[in-house]
Amino acid sequence: MSLAGDALATKKAAAYRPRPAWLRFWPIYPIVLFLLALFVYPVAQLLSLSALGPDGQLTTTHYERLFSVPVYVRVLWTTLEIAGWTTLLCIVGGYPVAYLLATTVRGTRNRLILWVLLPFWTSFLVRTFAWIVLLGRRGAINGVLQSLGITEAPLALLYNMTGVMVGMVHAMMPLAVLTMLSVMENIDRNLLPAASTLGARGGQAFWRIYFPLSLPGVAAAGLLVFITSLGFFITPALLGSPRETMITQVIIQQVEEMLNYPFAGAIAMLLLVTALVIFYLYDRALGMSTLAGAATAGQRGSEKRGLIGAAFGWVGGILTAVLGKLSDAIAIAWEKVMGGREDRPPLASGRLVLRIAVLLLLIFLAGPSFFIIPVSFTTEGFIEWPPQLFSMKWYAAILDHPQWIPAITRSLVVGFFTACLAMALGAPAAFFLARQRFWAKTAALAFILSPLILPRIIIAVALFYFYARVGLIGTEIGLVFGHTVLALPYVVITVMAVLRHYDQRLDHAAASLGASPPRVLWHVTIPLIRSGLIASFLFAFVTSFDELTIALFVSSGLATTLPKQMWDDAILKVSPTLAAVSTLLLLFVTIVILAAEVMQRRAAAKG
Amino acid sequence: MTIAKLKIRQLRKTYGPVVALAGADLELPEGEFLTLLGPSGSGKTTLLMMIAGLVQPDSGEVWIGGKLATYAPPHRRDIGVVFQNYALFPHLSVFENIAFPLRMRGVPEAEIRREVKRVLEIVQLPDVGERLPRALSGGQQQRIALARCIVYRPSIVLMDEPLGALDKKLRDQMKLEIKRLHEELGITVLYVTHDQEEAMVMSDRICLMNNARIEQIGTPTDLYFRPKTVFAADFLGESNLIDATLERVDGGELELRTAGGAVIRTKGESSRAFARGDAIKFMVRPEMVSVLSSGATADNVVEGRVVDAILVGGVTKYYARLADGTLICATDLTRGPLPALVRDSPIRLGWPDTAGVVLPARELAA
Repeated sequence: MSLAGDALATKKAAAYRPRPAWLRFWPIYPIVLFLLALFVYPVAQLLSLSALGPDGQLTTTHYERLFSVPVYVRVLWTTLEIAGWTTLLCIVGGYPVAYLLATTVRGTRNRLILWVLLPFWTSFLVRTFAWIVLLGRRGAINGVLQSLGITEAPLALLYNMTGVMVGMVHAMMPLAVLTMLSVMENIDRNLLPAASTLGARGGQAFWRIYFPLSLPGVAAAGLLVFITSLGFFITPALLGSPRETMITQVIIQQVEEMLNYPFAGAIAMLLLVTALVIFYLYDRALGMSTLAGAATAGQRGSEKRGLIGAAFGWVGGILTAVLGKLSDAIAIAWEKVMGGREDRPPLASGRLVLRIAVLLLLIFLAGPSFFIIPVSFTTEGFIEWPPQLFSMKWYAAILDHPQWIPAITRSLVVGFFTACLAMALGAPAAFFLARQRFWAKTAALAFILSPLILPRIIIAVALFYFYARVGLIGTEIGLVFGHTVLALPYVVITVMAVLRHYDQRLDHAAASLGASPPRVLWHVTIPLIRSGLIASFLFAFVTSFDELTIALFVSSGLATTLPKQMWDDAILKVSPTLAAVSTLLLLFVTIVILAAEVMQRRAAAKG
Repeated sequence: MTIAKLKIRQLRKTYGPVVALAGADLELPEGEFLTLLGPSGSGKTTLLMMIAGLVQPDSGEVWIGGKLATYAPPHRRDIGVVFQNYALFPHLSVFENIAFPLRMRGVPEAEIRREVKRVLEIVQLPDVGERLPRALSGGQQQRIALARCIVYRPSIVLMDEPLGALDKKLRDQMKLEIKRLHEELGITVLYVTHDQEEAMVMSDRICLMNNARIEQIGTPTDLYFRPKTVFAADFLGESNLIDATLERVDGGELELRTAGGAVIRTKGESSRAFARGDAIKFMVRPEMVSVLSSGATADNVVEGRVVDAILVGGVTKYYARLADGTLICATDLTRGPLPALVRDSPIRLGWPDTAGVVLPARELAA
């Protein structure tokens, strides 16, 4: 035994000492730094601008103007109104769809959910154009109504509140369905049979048992739809009239036409405060944890609820009992008519009604986009239904035009690098958040997800102001950074979801068999979750590829992205070229979504 | 004469080409504890679900409490079901869970309070009414599920593997608990399990199921000592099965010749009429077989070679191979350390002529 041997042993032992705490957090440092630099700092700057005068002194001028000029208060009110109605309609329409998906057999569910996912990932712009084709004076709906002789003059369906509501509900309903579905799938399927064996009719069982348990999903869906709707501008701008102007449009106007950043900041602050108030009320009533879908339905103790929550509970109890009685009264009356008997199988009439309703809703969700396809082959120079077929000239026009091809290329490139950057920053953080326990976990997750919750327009304007001073306007790298801010939450959520189903004992097994952590990752973990990683890469790509708000500000006149080019075109004139571009885009997104879906299913089959 | 609480006539269910239940008949008198026992896929859960009204049969009849209920909706059947994962409503307190069936029946509030208190005392959890189900342990949740089921005094209580989610110790405890409740309250129970021990401990009668059919119905003693098929003999307890041919039939006495040439004599009633020359299987329980010391004798004696001797705990198992290759097991109470047996040394095994059962060699179509 020598001294040198001793020293070596000491050195070896030192290597096994636990790493200092700050070093163990390395996987989340890059994402946090990135978001601080390109999200928190620009947004804080924009908002602080709203309280500063020309010489940098504190002032309330902008806020005084905001509340003294009636038009802004009215726009805020219109915004709340549109968002409120959108939320209500999305919940009422989305609930049956989510309910059927959650209670049907797995095969049917997987087939039907594609019809919800397809519109969810199809470009907002494409879907909005679809409604122009359908709702216009010479659109498909008016065309059918008139040819059938139901109406004589075309109905005014477009450029008014009707058009905006149809477009908004169509845009937001998939989000509502998916949010509610995530809660409903956690409801034990045995509960309804249990209630029925205990003597509850269908109505009582649904309203007293299922509905209260699905309520966190309804609330989460309502919150997400409402907050997202507050920041809309595409739909009201293209399907509405000036009377349906929403607050985001005013921000865009202030920045693009007036170059009045402080005032835009003040409006952004108003929007943000509105969103925060809604969040606060939601949290008081239901608790934020329900949002992440982390808590299983009904997992929170009643004792934890505040006064508002208790009031909700009391009113809810009475309401569900009354609704239960009411639906049963209808069912009993129906049975009297149909005559239920003990010696004959009953007709599943309730389920049949549900199926038909859901079918119609799914047609509403997935159908409209397909109307664009025939229009893109029209020989006429305007959008009309039925289109005069057949001509490829609008596709040729895409090739001839100096802007379309570069815009498409730019969108593909930006999308690719956004997805790469978002994966590089987001995946390690997701691993860390999914597997480690630490005191600030919830806070860290909330921070990473916050770009999803903040209205996009605020991020866009903030980045515009920030980029203007660091010279990133009109650059691809600026676009990639901006889009990465938006894509990160999706990447983190999807990778965490994949890891939640991953059996970590496999890693432990590999480690016990002698694999070092990097080799465990490379040889075991990544091959097993590869499909999930590819899916989240694709989602990040699509997020960027379809993004308009940031592109609107950050890309300059010449270097546009595809959605920006479509928007510029649509503002000038809605021409069949747009239909041709939309058709190509629809085809592209459908392929990407189907690929991602196949990947995820393969991942699920493995897990 | 009492009316059967439950009567099943030729109940049948298929899923596409798969037969889940092929025409079952069953009767359940008041106060009886009947267990549907069988391996998974034998049709026992399908049968239970059709009685509960949660699955619709293709044909046949279900009578509950003397009333035809084949296609009646579950809420009008006067049954109670205890589900495998309990299916307690997670958003309702224990009190409200138990009150639920009473509220559905429009019972006045004062009576609801009294009844819920009563059943909570019966299941020995009087103080948990205000808690939410998830605040209780698995065993407590199980008791609440039982309480919720008996509070409205249904004609029959159906239980679908209710102890499946509990650990062994708790399972043993709950077995006795359920048996006690059954005896004290006089409820009629139809119980589903794949665990033969559960079935033996609790049941008045066992309905053994296999391949979508009822294999045999009888008391636990009946099934254990007088199985009618090889499946029944094999599923309940351990068994030695020996291939043999019938040599002589003489009233209640049979003489068999095994494939290895040994002669076995056996007495006792037989479920089927056998004829001379029939190929049969002879079954004898290991605990009826004893290892014979040199000089000792028995009604039936076979010779073989030692394969293994294992100390299991309370019993010691001896394995021997007969000349024709059949493996025979003999179980004896452990009375001391394992005797030193040399592998492949000769061993003699014996059993009384009343210990065995003669079974048809092939499963006959029912």
